[in-house]
Amino acid sequence: MEFVAVQFLNGLASASSLFLVASGLSIIFGVTRIVNFAHGSFYMLGAYMAWTLATRLSAGPLGFWGAIIGAALAVGVLGAALEVTILRRIYRAPEMFQLLATFGVVLVVEDLALLIWGPADLLGPRAPGLRGAVDIFGQRFPEYELLLIAIGPLVLVLLWLLFYRTRWGTLVRAATEDREMAAALGVDQRRLFTAVFFLGSVLAGLGGALQLPRETINLNMGFATVVEAFVVVVVGGLGSVPGAYLAAFLIAELHAFGILVFPKITLVLIFLVMAVVLIVRPHGLLGRPFVGLPASVVSPAAVLRPSSPAARWVGAIGFVALLAAPFALGDYALTVATEIAILVLFAASLHFIMGPGGMVSFGHAAYFGLGAYAAALVASRLAAPMVAGLFVAPVVAGLAGAAFGWFSGRLSGVYLAMLTLAFAQICWSVAFQWAELTGGDNGILGVWPPAWAAPAAAYYYLAVALSLSAVLLLRRAIRAPFGYALRAGRDAPLRAEAIGIDVAATRRIAFAVAAGSAGLAGGLFAFFKGSVFPTYLSIPRSVDGLLMVLLGGVNSVSGPVIGAIVYTGLGEQLVRFTDYWRLAMGVAIIALVLAFPEGIAGFAARLADRRRGAPAEDAR
Amino acid sequence: MLRLEAVHAYYGRAHILAGIDLAVERGEAVVLLGRNGAGKTTTLKAAMGLVPVATGRVVFLGADIAGRAAHEIARIGIGYVPEDRRIFAGLTVMENLAVGRQPPRRDAPTWTVERLFGLFPNLAAMRDRPGGRMSGGEQQMLSIARTLMGNPRLVLLDEPVEGLAPAIVEEMARTVLALKREGLTVLLSEQNLAFARLVADRAYVIEKGQLRFSGTMAALMADAAARTRYLSI
Repeated sequence: MEFVAVQFLNGLASASSLFLVASGLSIIFGVTRIVNFAHGSFYMLGAYMAWTLATRLSAGPLGFWGAIIGAALAVGVLGAALEVTILRRIYRAPEMFQLLATFGVVLVVEDLALLIWGPADLLGPRAPGLRGAVDIFGQRFPEYELLLIAIGPLVLVLLWLLFYRTRWGTLVRAATEDREMAAALGVDQRRLFTAVFFLGSVLAGLGGALQLPRETINLNMGFATVVEAFVVVVVGGLGSVPGAYLAAFLIAELHAFGILVFPKITLVLIFLVMAVVLIVRPHGLLGRPFVGLPASVVSPAAVLRPSSPAARWVGAIGFVALLAAPFALGDYALTVATEIAILVLFAASLHFIMGPGGMVSFGHAAYFGLGAYAAALVASRLAAPMVAGLFVAPVVAGLAGAAFGWFSGRLSGVYLAMLTLAFAQICWSVAFQWAELTGGDNGILGVWPPAWAAPAAAYYYLAVALSLSAVLLLRRAIRAPFGYALRAGRDAPLRAEAIGIDVAATRRIAFAVAAGSAGLAGGLFAFFKGSVFPTYLSIPRSVDGLLMVLLGGVNSVSGPVIGAIVYTGLGEQLVRFTDYWRLAMGVAIIALVLAFPEGIAGFAARLADRRRGAPAEDAR
Repeated sequence: MLRLEAVHAYYGRAHILAGIDLAVERGEAVVLLGRNGAGKTTTLKAAMGLVPVATGRVVFLGADIAGRAAHEIARIGIGYVPEDRRIFAGLTVMENLAVGRQPPRRDAPTWTVERLFGLFPNLAAMRDRPGGRMSGGEQQMLSIARTLMGNPRLVLLDEPVEGLAPAIVEEMARTVLALKREGLTVLLSEQNLAFARLVADRAYVIEKGQLRFSGTMAALMADAAARTRYLSI
C-alpha cells in the first residue's frame, strides 16, 4: 500500500514535467495552428542552458533557481525568434510546411547543442535546500519531487488566470477561435503569435530546466519528450490547457503503474491509450472541434494536370538513365542509387495518401518497417527464398494499413496524423521490446539476397523494376476514377458523399494501398541492407518520408520522386562531407521551405505556368 | 471619407470585383445593393483588407490603405461587422466586447460598455453568457456592439438583417439610424431594399463585380427599371 502511494506521487511528479512541455505545445498549436516539432528541442535547450547557468553561476541558492528561471526565459526568447524569423514568413503556406520548417529547426538545434555541449551526458547539480527526502508512509521520498508535484497545478492555475482574467488572454482566446475576425477588430496577430511562442517556449524551457536535478541531460531528450508531449496534447484535446494536465496525469500514472504490472509493454501502453481516446473521443478528452481547421494539407485549388510533353521527355530520358546507370556508376554510387530507388517508392506511397488523399501520416515508416520485418522474418525464421519475402512484405503491411484505416475511420487532419504517429510508435515498441521475435535493438541480421540478386547491379535492377512498377501503378490510380473519388473526398467530403462516393471507404482503400507499397519498399530495403532494425519504423524515418514528399511538393505526382532523390542525395552528400550533417540538412530544409513553399515540383510547375502566360495564382 | 478607385479583386482565379469606384462621405449612410454573388461582401472585405486588392486604390482619410493588414485598417478607424456575425463562441458577451476595444478618437463617437448596453438593452442582461449560446438576433447586436467598442470612424455593415425576424429588422433599422445620429459614417451591403430605404441616404447597385447604378436612395426608388433589372429576383 505504501509503495503504491509513493508510486502514485512519482507519477504526479512526472505528470508536472510532462504538463509543462505539453501545455506549451498545446497553447502554441491552439493559437497558431502550428505543430511545433522544435518544442522538444526547446525542452532540451532549457535543460542544457540551465546546466550551463547553474554550473557557471553557482553563487548560493539564487544561483540554482536563477539558472532555472534564466534558462526558461532564454528559451522563450529563442522561441519568439523562431516565430519572427522563420514561421512568420510561412503562415500562409500549407500547415505541413510549417511542420517541415520546425523539423529543420530540430536538426539545427541538435547539432548546435552537440557543438556547444558535446556528446557526453551531463549531470546537473542538486537543488539547494531540497536535497533531502521526507518520510511518506514510511518510504523516503525526495523533496525535489514534491516541489515538482506542486509546480504542475501551480502553472495550470497561473495559465488559467492569464487566459481568463487578463485582456491579453481574452485576445489569445479570440484569435484561437477566429483569427481573421480578431484581426478585423484591430488585434495584431503577429505580435500575439510572437508572444504565444514566447510563452509556450518558456514553458518548454522551464520543463527542461527543472529536470536538472532529476536526470542526466543528453541530446536525445528532446525528441523523446516531444513525442510524449504530442500524445498528451492529443489525448487532452488540442489547445486545451486543463486537458493537457489531465492527460499528463493519466499518462504519467499509467507509466508509473504500468511499469509494475506490464513491464514488457509500457511503451505500447501509452500509445494504445492515445489510440483508444482518439477513436472514442476524436477531439481528445477536453478538446473541442476547431473552427476553420483544415481537414487536409493541400489547398483545394490544387489541380493535377496531365504531364506536359517536356515532362514526358524528362521521364523517358530518366528511364534510359536508370537502365544505363550500372554501366556508368561505381559500386558505391550504385548502392546510393539503389537506396534512392527504394525510397522513391516509400515517398510515393506516402504521397498517395497525402496528396490525392489529403491525409497526413506521421507514422508511415510503420508500414515500411512492417514490410522489412515481415520479409526478414520469413527469410531468417522460415528460411524462405527472397521472392517469398518480397511477396509477404507488401501483404503484411497492406493488411496493417487496412486495419489502421478501419480503426481511424473518419478522423482527419491533425488528429489523424497523431493517430498514425501512435500506431507507428506501437509498432516500433513491439519491434523494440519483443526481443524473442524481432531481436529487439539488435535487429535481425543476415537477410541477404540469393546469389542471382547479390551483385550490386543485379539488386539495383531488381529494386528499380519493382519500385518503378509500383510507382507507375500508384500514378495510374491517382489518374483513374479511384483517384478522382479520393481527390473529391479530400476537397469536399460532404459533396463527394452527396454524389455517392463512400469517402471513408475510399480513404481506407487508399491507406491499404499506400501501406502495401511502403511495405514492398521496406522488404526491398531489408534485403538491400541485409538486416532489419527497429529504427526502420521509428518516427525519424517517417519524418524522412514526410520531408521527401513535402520537398518534392504534395500537389504534384512527380513530387515524391524528385523529393526522394533530392533528400536522399543531399543527405548522402552531407554525411560524406561533414560531421554536422544535421545542421546542414536543417538549414537546407529551412531554406527550401522559405524559398519554395509549394515544394520543388510545385515551384517548377508554377515556372512553367508563367512561361505559358497563364494568370498568376492569387497569393491567398 | 472612404473612396474605392478601380478596385479589382480575385478569389483564386475567379475575378470577383471588376473595377469598383465608390465613395462614402463623413456622416453618410450609403448602401451597396445587389443580388447574391454580385460582389457586395467582397467589396467590403477588400476595403477592410480581408481580401487582397489586386489593382486599384482604397483611400481612407486621404491615405491609400490597399494592401495594409486588416488589424492596421481597424486601428485607423474602420469597423467591420461581418455578414455571418462571427461571434467568438467560447467568449462571454463582455469578453467579446473586450476584444473590440480600442482607444477613443477625437473625430468619432466614443462608446463604452454601458452606452452600448443602452443601445442594445438585451445584451445587458446576458453579460456572462458565452457567445455560442445566443440567438441570431442577439449575436448580430453583439457583433455590432463589439465593432463599436473600437470607436470607429466608419462602419462597414455586411447584410445586417440577413436571416433575422421582421421585428428585429425594424429594431436594426432604428439602431442604424441611431448610429447615424451619433455622427457615425456607415457603408452597408444589403439585399433587402425595404431595410435599405429606411436607413440609407445614397445607394450603389452592384452586379457581376461592377457598379450599375449610383445615386440617392430617392432616385433609385424612382427608377423602377434599374430596380427590376438589378435587384428583383
